[in-house]
Amino acid sequence: MTADVSSVQPKLLLFAAAAVVLILLALLPPFIGLYQTQLLIYGLIAAIAALGFNLLLGYTGLLSFGHSAFFGIGAYSVAFLLRDAGIRSMELYILIGLPVAALTSALFGYICVRHTRIFFGILTLALSQVLWTLTYKFFWVTGGSDGLRVARPTLLAGMVSFTGRDAFQRFINGYYYYVLAVFAICVVIMWVIVHSPFGKALQAIRDNETRAAFLGLRIRRFRWVAFLISGTFTGLAGILWVPLNGLTTPEVLYWPFSGEIVFMTLLGGFRNFTGPIVGGILFTYLKTYAVAATEYWQLLLGVVLVLLVMLLPTGIVGAISAAATKLRWKEKPA
Amino acid sequence: MILLETVDLSKQFGDVHACDRVNFTVNKGEFLSLVGSNGAGKTSLVNLISGHLTPDSGRILFEGKDITFAKVYERIRAGIARSFQIVNLFDALTVFDNVALSIFSRERKIAKIAALADRDRDVRRETFDVLGQFGLADKSAVPAGGLAQGERKLLDVAVAYALRPKLLFLDEPTSGVSTRDKTQIMDTVSSVVRAGAVTAVVIEHDMDVVFRYSDRIVMMHEGRFLADGTPEAIKANRDVANILLGVPLSA
Repeated sequence: MTADVSSVQPKLLLFAAAAVVLILLALLPPFIGLYQTQLLIYGLIAAIAALGFNLLLGYTGLLSFGHSAFFGIGAYSVAFLLRDAGIRSMELYILIGLPVAALTSALFGYICVRHTRIFFGILTLALSQVLWTLTYKFFWVTGGSDGLRVARPTLLAGMVSFTGRDAFQRFINGYYYYVLAVFAICVVIMWVIVHSPFGKALQAIRDNETRAAFLGLRIRRFRWVAFLISGTFTGLAGILWVPLNGLTTPEVLYWPFSGEIVFMTLLGGFRNFTGPIVGGILFTYLKTYAVAATEYWQLLLGVVLVLLVMLLPTGIVGAISAAATKLRWKEKPA
Repeated sequence: MILLETVDLSKQFGDVHACDRVNFTVNKGEFLSLVGSNGAGKTSLVNLISGHLTPDSGRILFEGKDITFAKVYERIRAGIARSFQIVNLFDALTVFDNVALSIFSRERKIAKIAALADRDRDVRRETFDVLGQFGLADKSAVPAGGLAQGERKLLDVAVAYALRPKLLFLDEPTSGVSTRDKTQIMDTVSSVVRAGAVTAVVIEHDMDVVFRYSDRIVMMHEGRFLADGTPEAIKANRDVANILLGVPLSA
C-alpha cells in the first residue's frame, strides 16, 4: 500500500536522526570538558522531567503547576534510602524511588483529574505546596531548610564506585553515560506511549472531550493514568538529579521549580515530541549562564519567557518545524 | 422487534419541557427520522438516550434492559452511538486516527500502552474499509481540521459508525452543507447504514431528505410526539403540515 511506504520513510529518517544525535552525545565528553559534561547531565535530567510533564500538557491538555512535588519525592527518596537504609546503589535508588514517585503521582492524580483547566492547575499547585511545607516543618526528618546530603552512588550493581583520587572526574564521566542511557530508554518509552492507542486516546481527549466520551473512553481514568506516568517520569528525573547535585533541599518542592518545568516545555514547544527534550537542555544552559551573568537572573528569564510566548508560541522546535514545512511548500512546483 | 423504548421520559429546563412524558420506540433495522421545529425536543431526546443528559423521570430500555442511568461508555458498549449536530471531531488528528480510535475503543484495545497504534493490522484494515465506504480513504493522512464541511460531516458519521453500533443516532447529518452535498451525504450514509444492518435515527430539518430516505417518521412538537407514521402518512397529516408551515394547530 502506498500509505504504508510513505509512513515508513519518515519514521526511518526519524530513527536515523535519533541514532545520530545519540552517537554525537556519546562522543561529546572528551571534547567539552568536565564542567560542560556536568551541565549536560543536568540538561538530560531536565529533559526527562520535561518529557514526562509534556505527556500531561502537550498530549492530554492538562497544565500542572505541581510537578516539583514528584521531582522532590524522587530526590528525597534517594536521600532517605541513603541516610536510613545505608543504600548506595543507583539501581536500588531507581527501583525503590520509582514506585514511591508513582504512588505519589497516583494519589495526587486521583484528586486532581476530577477537574480540568485552571482548577486542575490550582489543585496541583496546592498539593505540591503541602509537600513543600511538610518538608520544611518536619526538619527532624527532612533536614528542614538545610536539606539532606547525598553521597556519590555506586553504578551497575556496585561494579562501578567512585572513591579515591579523581573520584569526582570519574563520577561525572561515568554518570554522564549512565544518565544518557536512562534518557535514551525514557525517550523510547515515551515515544511508544504517545504513539500507542492509549497515547492517541489522550490526544483525542485533549482535542474534544465530549466526542472522546462518545467513543466509549473513560476520560477520568485515561487522565489519571497519564498523570501517573507523567509524575513517575518527573520523579525519575529527581532520583537521577540528587546524586549529581549532592544535596536536596525543600527548594526542589517549591512552586518556582514547577514553573521551571513549565518554562522548559514552553521553550522547546509542547505540541511536538522533541520540544520538551530540547527545552530541558536549553533551559539548563540558559539558567546557568543567566545566574552567572547577573544577580537579576530571574528578571532575565522572565523577559525570555515573555518574548517566547509572544514571538514563538509553539516553542523553538515548533518554530523550526513550521519554517521547514513552509520551505517544503515553497520548493514544491506549482 | 423493538430495539429501543422510552417510557414517559421527561426532561425540564426551568419552565421549558424539553421532553414531556415521551414514549418513543425504535424497531430493529428501520431508518427512522425525527423531525420538528427548533426547540421541539429532538436533540434533547437523543441526548437523554445517549447519556449526554440525565432524565428527570421515566425510563429508557435498550434491548429490554434498563439503561436510564447507565454511563455513556456502558451505553456505547451496549450498542448505542451518535454523531453531533455541530461536527465534533478530533481536528488535530488525521482522518485515519479519528476512525481508528473508534475501532480501538470497540475492540477494547484503546488502553494499550506498549504497542504502536499504526502497527495493528486488523484495525488498520478496518479503518481503511470504513473510510472507503464513506469515500474518505484518499484523505486518510489529512488532519480532520483540514477537511471541507461535507467531508467533515461524513467523517463525523464514519467515526460513530466505526463503533459498529446496533442503534445509530445522526443529529442533522446534512446541516450547513450545500444541496448537492446533502444528497451525496445522505446517499452515502443511508447505503452504508443499510448495508451494515444498523438501525438509524436521523434528526433532520430538510423534509425532502426525510421523505426520501425514511422508513418511518416521528414528529415532535414542544417536547411531545405529534405524529408517527410512514412518509406517506406524515405527508397527509394536516397537523404536521401546519407546524412545518408555521400555522397554529387546530383545536
